[in-house]
Amino acid sequence: MKRQDVQERIISVYIHRFDPTSDKKPRAVLYELAVEQGMTVLDGLHRIKETQDPTLAFRFSCRMGVCGSCAMLINGKPMLACNTQILDVTDKALTVAPLPNFRVVRDLVPDLAPLFKKHVQVNPYIVRTDGHEMESPSGEFIQTPEELIKYLQFTYCIKCGACVAACPTAATDENYLGPMALAQAYRYIVDSRDDGFHSRKSVVGADKAVFNCHYAGECSAVCPKGVDPARAIQFMKRELVRDYLLMRRHTAPLKARALNDKSKEKKTPLPVPPYTVDR
Amino acid sequence: MNKTASWFWFIAAGVAVFIIGGLHMAVIHLDGIAGIFNPAGGSSLAWENVSGRNGSLVFAVSYVILLGAALYHGLYGLYNIVSELGISEKANGLLKKALLAAGVALFTVGAYAAFAARFITVS
Repeated sequence: MKRQDVQERIISVYIHRFDPTSDKKPRAVLYELAVEQGMTVLDGLHRIKETQDPTLAFRFSCRMGVCGSCAMLINGKPMLACNTQILDVTDKALTVAPLPNFRVVRDLVPDLAPLFKKHVQVNPYIVRTDGHEMESPSGEFIQTPEELIKYLQFTYCIKCGACVAACPTAATDENYLGPMALAQAYRYIVDSRDDGFHSRKSVVGADKAVFNCHYAGECSAVCPKGVDPARAIQFMKRELVRDYLLMRRHTAPLKARALNDKSKEKKTPLPVPPYTVDR
Repeated sequence: MNKTASWFWFIAAGVAVFIIGGLHMAVIHLDGIAGIFNPAGGSSLAWENVSGRNGSLVFAVSYVILLGAALYHGLYGLYNIVSELGISEKANGLLKKALLAAGVALFTVGAYAAFAARFITVS
């Protein structure tokens, strides 16, 4: 885009500021910001911090919608600041606030520790019960495209907390496990390589977990990566009920395909890929 | 009973209420269509018809199932709503016991009434 094509527009930006050492409750502070086409909310916050108020605190990292650090409430909706262009949201007034349903550390920085603590509770990794195979693998595990598609979309979660911020159950009950952790539990439960259903069942099927979801669907509506946690939670209920009715089929991972036996016979090691950088 | 079982029976009770409650409403309010349950003919609320249905074991059992399902569905739903308001664990435990006691008491009275009504005859 040529420079002369860029049209600047002055908009009002209301930012919720909060300093726990001096403020009792958050206050909205007004900034005037010159916005141009393509400017993201994160760009705008940087511009304000550089030119108007260096004390403004916000969290960011990758700037390209991958790390999930900059999720915040933009005009009332949880979004990634780096992935949201200001002029797509408004051409007059922009309101930026920290994610709701989290304690505010300062200004736009929420305390995401409870989110990650709940994530850890669901064992968010492949759980295997065959220790011997893990120690001495006899080959690779085979997974069909159909098995992959069951959980693929849930792997796109970037743990930004937008779903929890939008969840009405999380708003009323801070002990609720939340859509992110529950969707991640489901992601592993339906993975054909995983044996961890019974170890996760006591967490996701307990109080303040999957059955406290009332399917408002807001978590799925706001997810910046297009993940559908509400769907995962409903499917998780189905898995738990099937297990209760002894109707759940345990899909044991397909037996590993044998390693390259020819290389074993010749007693030659598997080829090592070449270095990709100069050493 | 774990949460999965509680929730499963909550949904099952809802389905039972929908079906049996629907039949009950049809019998009471759709005389013209469901008149076969009115042995004396005429209004379904006539004493003879009410007494006749009460004397039927099928109706008595359906009333007891409807009562149990409605009580469980309603009280479990109430428990979930209140417990999600963020009450303490102790209050949560007390609430659970109080609702269980209320449910058992109401069910006992209702089930007794459903079966006792079988022996009320038209004088």
